[in-house]
Amino acid sequence: MGTLALILAALLAVVCIVVVAWPILRSAGPTDSLDQLDAEDRERLALLEARDRTLIALQELETDHREGKVSDEDYRTLVSELRAEAARALAAIDAAREAVGASDDPA
Amino acid sequence: MPGLGRAALALALALLVYAAIVGAYAAWKGRRRLLETAQSALVAAFGATAVATAVLFLAMAFNDFSFRYAWEHTSIDLPVIYRISALWGGQEGSLLLWMLVLTLVAAVAVVFNRKLVMNVLPWAVPLFGVVGIFFAIVLVCVSTPFGAQAAPPDGLGLNPSLQNPYMAAHPPLLYLGYVGITVPFVFAMAALISRQVDERWIVATRRWTLFAWTSLGFGILLGAKWAYEEVGWGGWYAWDPVENAALMPWLVATAYLHSVMIQEKKNMLRLWNVVLISLTFVLCLFGTFLTRSGVLNSIHSFAESSIGGWFLGFIAVVSIGCTLLIISRLPLLRARAKLESMLSREAAFLYNNLFLVALALTVLWGVAWPLISEAIRGVAVTVGAPYYDFFAIIFGLPIVLLMGIAPLIAWRRSSWRSLLRQVVLPAAIAVVAGTLLAIAGAGSSVPALVGYTFSAFVLSAIVLEFARGTRARHRGDTSWWSAFAGLVARNRRRYGGYVVHASVVLLLIGAAGVGAFSSSQLVQLSPGDDVTVEGYTLTYVGAEQSHTQNATEVRARFAVSRDGSDEGAILAGRNRYFAEDQTSNEIGLRTDWLRGEDLFVIADRFDPDGTVFVQVIVNPLVNLIWLAGIIFVLGSVITLWPDAREQRRIVERFEALAAFKTGGTLGEGSATPAPR
Repeated sequence: MGTLALILAALLAVVCIVVVAWPILRSAGPTDSLDQLDAEDRERLALLEARDRTLIALQELETDHREGKVSDEDYRTLVSELRAEAARALAAIDAAREAVGASDDPA
Repeated sequence: MPGLGRAALALALALLVYAAIVGAYAAWKGRRRLLETAQSALVAAFGATAVATAVLFLAMAFNDFSFRYAWEHTSIDLPVIYRISALWGGQEGSLLLWMLVLTLVAAVAVVFNRKLVMNVLPWAVPLFGVVGIFFAIVLVCVSTPFGAQAAPPDGLGLNPSLQNPYMAAHPPLLYLGYVGITVPFVFAMAALISRQVDERWIVATRRWTLFAWTSLGFGILLGAKWAYEEVGWGGWYAWDPVENAALMPWLVATAYLHSVMIQEKKNMLRLWNVVLISLTFVLCLFGTFLTRSGVLNSIHSFAESSIGGWFLGFIAVVSIGCTLLIISRLPLLRARAKLESMLSREAAFLYNNLFLVALALTVLWGVAWPLISEAIRGVAVTVGAPYYDFFAIIFGLPIVLLMGIAPLIAWRRSSWRSLLRQVVLPAAIAVVAGTLLAIAGAGSSVPALVGYTFSAFVLSAIVLEFARGTRARHRGDTSWWSAFAGLVARNRRRYGGYVVHASVVLLLIGAAGVGAFSSSQLVQLSPGDDVTVEGYTLTYVGAEQSHTQNATEVRARFAVSRDGSDEGAILAGRNRYFAEDQTSNEIGLRTDWLRGEDLFVIADRFDPDGTVFVQVIVNPLVNLIWLAGIIFVLGSVITLWPDAREQRRIVERFEALAAFKTGGTLGEGSATPAPR
């Protein structure tokens, strides 16, 4: 390798090392641990996902009904099913929140 | 400066090893700062690979033949554009491009999804590192583009068939597709390792998948355009294994893009989706292996190939690794909901998935069987176009029909009565169109006639969907245009998808036109002789010769008339390239945009007695194939356009999750979900 190539390669290596080390060199953040979800968090997230999914399904049912893809009869059945599903999802979220509150309560 | 290129690649390898090992340790132990350094190593690896690519690029642009690769693939007379595209004209350069794009997308994907990667999918960083290590090892140890030599006065030049603008764009687009698929694959595997199989990895990678899929699809079409104009046999897709290599992952990715919607809406098909994205990635590796290992020339050239064994080994490692990981996470991937009815949009998506995967696997078998046969039995066999055409019709026509039916069926469940009410108008239009075409003579090819009838059905269903949606939004003082624009803007995935469906239908119409209704004549003409095909009369005027920067061009000149009216001249012939010492056919092409047809002329033999052997082909509707490419990109761009509401929904969900711990009230449905 020629001298110029050697110098450029060394320069590149130095730049890369600085880039890699930068997160450690710069001022440290408040914590060094990853903020990962535990099993309970994942379960709560699943409840929130289920709630959103049901609300979206309700919106889509409205659209499908308006566009004539769902008959009035099917619409009535489906909308009551979905509303019940949404109510169950919201109740499950409430129950989970109450469980958190109860565990946090020193009494 | 080949040494600088080698050093930069070695540095990239070291950085990727760091990203893989330190990233895995940090993800395992939950160490934030270490993971950030691993993430920075991915960014630095892109920088080092970019330097290596720039070194090779400059060598090729400025004819530095001390680089063996530049000597092998360029020459002084080669036009600048092809000196640049020669960068990916050979094995080593194309692998370097793979690695450049890979490190770029890895760096961008982890930086743009920083929060998700740091907190949810830390394993994405080491996994990107592992994929990068494979390509870096191949480039550093096995197939380096930085081989040095004493500089000869001139290079060997570029294969003439690669000296075409379409070939300048085709490979980078394919690589964008192949490498882009790495992002959803890596995120899916990271989600499995982290046991975080909720929809976040899908939302984070959807646009990557769409981008990769669009690049791959458009790249395939540019390759077809190149084959049509440069290879010059009159067709556009020959089911060549190299073409199939890109088609297979595109088909499976298409299935994935549809089935992933069912996971988002119904929390179903989690297992199927990770299998599909893994299969897509493996097929991308297999495609690169096919085109770069030499295995397609002969199983023996594969044995002599420097990289074939490496690729096969990596494909095996990835396949086994994915399979074991998926099996170990089966309980997490179990569906939380059931298919409510076989007559629902999700069921239609499922049928479409099965046909797409069946078609992809059929193509895979057609590509793999000759290789297996030669390897095991020592017998070379060829799987020809009839095999592929048969399965393309068997699986392709139901896919087209489902493209029309699925949007007309409601989610969750529908009734036959509702469906019949929806399909009656498009079905009537299709029947009328089919009947008129049969009367016009299209019945000579039954598959084409069925294809055209289905196409009419799908196109009318799409128009109907746009019309219904626009009418629903057109109230009060909202103009029709505002209603239409608002409809598309608020439902980009749905209506962008319809535009893509329309492009597929156009492609089908064009492909059926060329496949079933093209006309051809092969004749030997002396000056003054003429030949007539489908109303075009070509009179041979004579041969002429000219010189360009790097070739001698010989052309036969024909005067063209159509139904008696003068249509000017058309030239077809051959080029002789000096540096490469090769010839190429240069076809003559006249496009009638109104009819969408081409007059296609091949003149590849000039005899000393002044005669020329000429093949005249009329390809009806062929230009709809290229138009389909433009519409395909347009539809993809609409679906790709960012949707802030979706991002907001995820953010609000996490705020609600935080509120659980703080006793807030965000979890009570305050997050209004965006319609999808």
